[in-house]
Amino acid sequence: MSDLTMSAAGAGIYRRRQLANILGLTFSAVSVLIGLIGLLWILWTLASNGLAALTPDFFLKNTPAPGSGDGGMANAIVGSLMIVGFATLISTPIGILAGVYLAEFGKQSRFGIATRFFVDIMLSAPSIVVGLFVFAFAVATVKHFSGWAGSLALSLIAIPVVVRTTENMLNLVPGSLREAAFALGTPRWKVSLAVTLRAVRGGVVTGVLLAVARMIGETAPLLFTALNNQFFSTDMSRPMANLPVVIYNFAMSPYEDWQKLAWGGAALIAIVVLAINIIARVAFSSKTQS
Amino acid sequence: MRDSTPLESGMSNQATTVNGLSESRASQAGAPVNTDAASLARRVARFAFQDRWFERITGSFAALVLLAMFGIIGSLIYQSLPVFQKFGLGFITSATWSPSDDVFGAGIAVFGTLVTSAIAMLIAVPISFGIALFLTETCPLWLRRPLGTAIELLAGVPSIIYGIWGLFVLAPLLQQYVQPLLIKTGLPLFAGPPLGVGIFTAGVVLALMVIPFTASVMRDVFDTVPPVLKESAYGIGCTTWEVVSNIVMPYTRVGVIGGVMLGLGRALGETMAVTFVIGNANRLSASLFAPGNSIASTLANEFAEADPVLHVPALFALGLILFVITFIVLALSKWLVARASTRAGV
Repeated sequence: MSDLTMSAAGAGIYRRRQLANILGLTFSAVSVLIGLIGLLWILWTLASNGLAALTPDFFLKNTPAPGSGDGGMANAIVGSLMIVGFATLISTPIGILAGVYLAEFGKQSRFGIATRFFVDIMLSAPSIVVGLFVFAFAVATVKHFSGWAGSLALSLIAIPVVVRTTENMLNLVPGSLREAAFALGTPRWKVSLAVTLRAVRGGVVTGVLLAVARMIGETAPLLFTALNNQFFSTDMSRPMANLPVVIYNFAMSPYEDWQKLAWGGAALIAIVVLAINIIARVAFSSKTQS
Repeated sequence: MRDSTPLESGMSNQATTVNGLSESRASQAGAPVNTDAASLARRVARFAFQDRWFERITGSFAALVLLAMFGIIGSLIYQSLPVFQKFGLGFITSATWSPSDDVFGAGIAVFGTLVTSAIAMLIAVPISFGIALFLTETCPLWLRRPLGTAIELLAGVPSIIYGIWGLFVLAPLLQQYVQPLLIKTGLPLFAGPPLGVGIFTAGVVLALMVIPFTASVMRDVFDTVPPVLKESAYGIGCTTWEVVSNIVMPYTRVGVIGGVMLGLGRALGETMAVTFVIGNANRLSASLFAPGNSIASTLANEFAEADPVLHVPALFALGLILFVITFIVLALSKWLVARASTRAGV
């Protein structure tokens, strides 16, 4: 090795390459640090401000009048559960069946391709625009805000998620499984429902869970569909309190006790969403959509 | 399940016309020799009938989804017609938004949307790139999965969380430490009092929100580079950085641009992360520290109390503009990502 001495120019190039490499990798490591610090910071402030607000009262009492001191989010929690629950009931069958169609019948057809394209757009489309549509469709027509309108808006957010996971999962089913079922003379609908869909049910459940997680924190489409309600109500045809909108209103208010409740609500939502995401990943650890 | 009711009633007239097979079987079935064939034919006919309904029913649900999409576009256009009739296309650029005088223009909101998203992408793209680079090239194997999962989890945190954090934590901090420093530079971009909330803060919060998302998309795109290509580069003595800049980046350029645009699409339409911190002022200002408004934040703030005659249509028109912008961005990104993945498949 010693007689393979590098020329001065060669050594210079080598040093420059090393330097570029070190600079590049440092930049990369620093961005990871920035990302992680920023995100840990958010979680930490959420925990330190929010967890203290999660007292029993938080779950048992209704949203208070400003300055009255004691109160909770019982009406908002129940409202959120009902709105998200009904939205899940609406979006799951529609999403799964549409996903089955896209995977089984709509692979090449123009209708299938168009649907897939628009579903992909809806996946990332601004959620507030969905709220506008539901307002025109289900609020302006009956002249009042309602929990149903909120559910409808949320289900429009969830359907694309369910459609895409179902379709992606069904596409992962090996062709031989389908062929084996066909060879037994099974009709196509039975192959779809009892063989392929059943084979990927874990993945489909993951999709539904991810959709639920997305709906829980979704605020924008509820602002002018479900609106808000100071009081406890389980009437879906009336305006309904729900966590995200209450958090928004309370956080923007000048009252300290309201702001504290908003932090508690935010922490609750974050915990639930993270828990659902983790359950979806751990319990059904097959390949999920990215 | 659903198709069991029409089954009985429809069977008799469907059985003869289902397909050639059942017809020929059915004609044979007339002979007393083979009752099995008759039942088989009936069953085949029934299956074919059920399958057709299965396709129709699932197809109608897919059509429902498509219909909802067109419903969104249709309702936005229909509801915003009065505004375009009154102000014409000048509505899009006019910078007067005054509900009390019934004069509306989208200029301020469009400007706010574009500027906050631009700030967000300026910050988020290099950082996401760095994170994706770390995850695919330099990260120790044992850390790769947990770190990747953490980033994916954070991409799922609702935007309202980022919003409330921005309002109570980031805005006061920027107001106290960062903005005074930038104001001292004397640039018109950073003029005015340090308010904390404003266009700049909205951009920063937005950046934090899209980083996990863009980073995980970029990582997925980087993963499509065939290992052989990278290994050959390493084999001839390339440094990691050279592999990234000469192999990975050229190979994944299209997909990375697609991923960035996907993040941009999210940033443009984001409501809560922005509404909390943008300041909600219908003014146009050259300074990034001034409070402003984006399309989404205007909608969030004003819609519930808007006057239905012209204010609501004006807000629908804002929604339409937002939808058109994001639609173009998302369609373009989808096309680019699809192009990148077909190339990776070769």
